[in-house]
Amino acid sequence: MNTKESDLSSILNHNRRHPRYLIATLQEIQSREGYLSSEAMLEVAGFLDMSSATVWGVATFYNQFRFTPPGKRPVRVCLGTACHLAGGQLVMEAVARELKIEVGGTTEDREFDLDRVACIGCCALAPVVTIGTDVYPKMTPPKVEEVIVELNPPSAHKD
Amino acid sequence: MTFRKIDLVSRQNWQSLYNGEIIHILVGTATCGRAAGSMAVLEAIRREIAGLEGKARVSEVGCMGLCSYEPLVVIVKPGDFSVCYHHVTPLIVPQLVEGYVKGDDPCLDLALGTVAGGGDEAVYIPELDLFKHQARVLLRNCGYNSPLEIDHYIACGGYRGLSSTLEMKPAQIIRKLEKSGLRGRGGAGFPTATKWAACSQTKGKTKYVICNADEGDPGAFMDRVLLESDPHAVIEGLIIAGYTVGAGQGYIYVREEYPLAIERLEMALKQAKEKGLLGRKILGLGFSFKIEIIKGAGAFVSGEETAMIAAIEGRRSWPEHRPPYPAEAGLWGKPTLVNNVKTLAYVPLIIQNGSDWFAGIGTGNSPGTALFALAGKLENTGLAEVPMGTSLRTLVYDIGGGIKKGGRFKAVQIGGPSGGCLPEGLLDTPIDFDSLKGAGAIMGSGGVIVMDEDNCVVDTARFFIDFSRQESCGKCTHCRIGAHHLFSILDDVTKGKGSLKSLEALQALAEDIREGSLCGLGKMATNPALTTLRYFRAEYESHVLEQRCPARVCKELTAYYILPDKCYKGCDHCVLACPAEAVFSDEQGLKVVDQVKCTKCGSCELVCPAEYNAVIRLSPVSLVPENRRTKPQTPVKEP
Ligand SMILES: Cc1cc2nc3c(=O)[nH]c(=O)nc-3n(C[C@H](O)[C@H](O)[C@H](O)COP(=O)(O)O)c2cc1C
Repeated sequence: MNTKESDLSSILNHNRRHPRYLIATLQEIQSREGYLSSEAMLEVAGFLDMSSATVWGVATFYNQFRFTPPGKRPVRVCLGTACHLAGGQLVMEAVARELKIEVGGTTEDREFDLDRVACIGCCALAPVVTIGTDVYPKMTPPKVEEVIVELNPPSAHKD
Repeated sequence: MTFRKIDLVSRQNWQSLYNGEIIHILVGTATCGRAAGSMAVLEAIRREIAGLEGKARVSEVGCMGLCSYEPLVVIVKPGDFSVCYHHVTPLIVPQLVEGYVKGDDPCLDLALGTVAGGGDEAVYIPELDLFKHQARVLLRNCGYNSPLEIDHYIACGGYRGLSSTLEMKPAQIIRKLEKSGLRGRGGAGFPTATKWAACSQTKGKTKYVICNADEGDPGAFMDRVLLESDPHAVIEGLIIAGYTVGAGQGYIYVREEYPLAIERLEMALKQAKEKGLLGRKILGLGFSFKIEIIKGAGAFVSGEETAMIAAIEGRRSWPEHRPPYPAEAGLWGKPTLVNNVKTLAYVPLIIQNGSDWFAGIGTGNSPGTALFALAGKLENTGLAEVPMGTSLRTLVYDIGGGIKKGGRFKAVQIGGPSGGCLPEGLLDTPIDFDSLKGAGAIMGSGGVIVMDEDNCVVDTARFFIDFSRQESCGKCTHCRIGAHHLFSILDDVTKGKGSLKSLEALQALAEDIREGSLCGLGKMATNPALTTLRYFRAEYESHVLEQRCPARVCKELTAYYILPDKCYKGCDHCVLACPAEAVFSDEQGLKVVDQVKCTKCGSCELVCPAEYNAVIRLSPVSLVPENRRTKPQTPVKEP
């Protein structure tokens, strides 16, 4: 807990102390911590001398911010236009089914989290899924099953 | 340092690269190349040419725009052909290096063609249909010059526009832009000179210029490619804008989802500063200018200029009423100029090549080029830059190579969630700001998505309105609530639950939303629904009157069916692939989809071996023979 607090204060020191840096500060915290905890947002509010409601208001407005801890391997299904037309929604449903989580959720073992993205700009490879930094092009539900089983062999589960 | 000296040094560095001896290997490492595996190719090339120092070197370049051929590698060999290879993998790299770097075999069987030399032996890429119809103005350096080295940009004429600018009066620059006829590429096509003049004439000591690189349309990536492939062009344009309107500070607002663009911009800014082209007293003259990159936090509405200003101020990205326009009172209440990435990238060229040069490209009302991201059911997807006035047909058939796998063209959606969906009959519409608007579409973001008979236009309209309703900032009731209702009507239609009345409601509501919204998000969010209703009404009617989706896309109206006379019986692919355990064998061993259990994921259709091709989709679902809908309820005793 202590180390976490000092982490945050190093970010708060780096940034200049002005409401205009609110978004940039939140971005930095998220890139280091993986998400925005209520504690972190309260601390930012205090530091920038803003109400916590304003900080929450800004943070929840933007799609980038998440408020729960992420999984180790973020799974992102592209649902941009090209991916949608190429069956991205079916791919999304397949991933959700294989990981047994909903969009926006994290697996119980915190191994994966799942979200949609609105176009990562490789439309020629549609539909696309990214897992961590790896890009999986031209996905189909059967391929999703293969990939997930490979990354998360059922034998690895305790039950 | 004077510009002449900077220019000289850059040219010397450039010539040392192409000094007639060294073989230069270019690898496209923009985002699309990377997604296709270009970083592994780059590594393999580095490995293979280790020890060949002085004979060969490799550079990272941006994107040529040929997304469907990535990863791309060009080998520039002095005195011989320059060959472009497509779909390169680390496995074929040794062959290329052995063949054309160490030896003299250009490996033409692996090549897309040559970019220089080659004669009759090889395809000359600039003469391919794909390239022939293009006018590569903004893309001129993309894929050829390294975005990581400012010298490449300068040696090819870069920063010369800035250098001339600094010797001109702002009024002269504005007159030049006015004569060129340049219109903003952010979507609306507003005359750039008018905007610059307004901002320049507004009194104030502190002014700002903003480069809008938010590019929120989920199917457009031209701005990203420019920033990744030729970042200095945008930076030079922004500095010129700052000088002209009298601003000392510029911002580039880039989507956080574009990390590589941000990385390359940061590097480019650093290099420009080192050369004295940015910062205090640029080129030793009186003008000082700073640029800061602001990372967007993911909101489509942030692309709207007043919403962007709110975001830079650290607030929720809510659009404001205009007037006052940003040019009068923008960022922190100061006069602010907002321009799109592409608009700014044209400016240095107009200064350098003259207004007449620019006005001579394209059409009278829409001079210059249009840059599009082509995606969807096309043979060639990627970026294309064409003179304004080119027809949609040329874009789709000549440059895009027509519909994939011989499918049939159905519609083209231009301008993303704010744009319109046009049918075959309008393919001869010339691409320019006014003609597209007349057809109900917009130039907008420049995202072009082509649909074939397997895509459902109702589903597509539903997709776009779903995007817009999620991205509505919530300020205006018509947009916030109206878009939700619009979505639920469309959703009902895709489920066969609507009626002809729903189509009337759709039309009326869409018109109200357009009237009642403050910013372009709400005003234009209804375009996909309105244009599909206008041009594809029959398809809507099939959904509501016959519960039939002609493209067999809408799940509720479509059933998976296994043709008994095609099913091989012996294989179990569909049974094993079905995640819902919905496929069973009948008493003859033929496979049947249980319509109650089926989740319509499509796995059975994908895995059914091509030689049988037994799984088909039927719409309406009543087409499935009654005796093949569910598993008979007779309990089977298993031993
Ligand atoms: C919802 C919405 C999203 C927009 N997104 C962008 C964008 O991503 N990029 C852009 O340059 N302009 C976008 N615009 C247009 C801007 O408000 C503004 O007109 C433009 O940046 C002006 O630049 P230009 O004169 O160079 O065209 C958007 C407008 C609206 C209403």
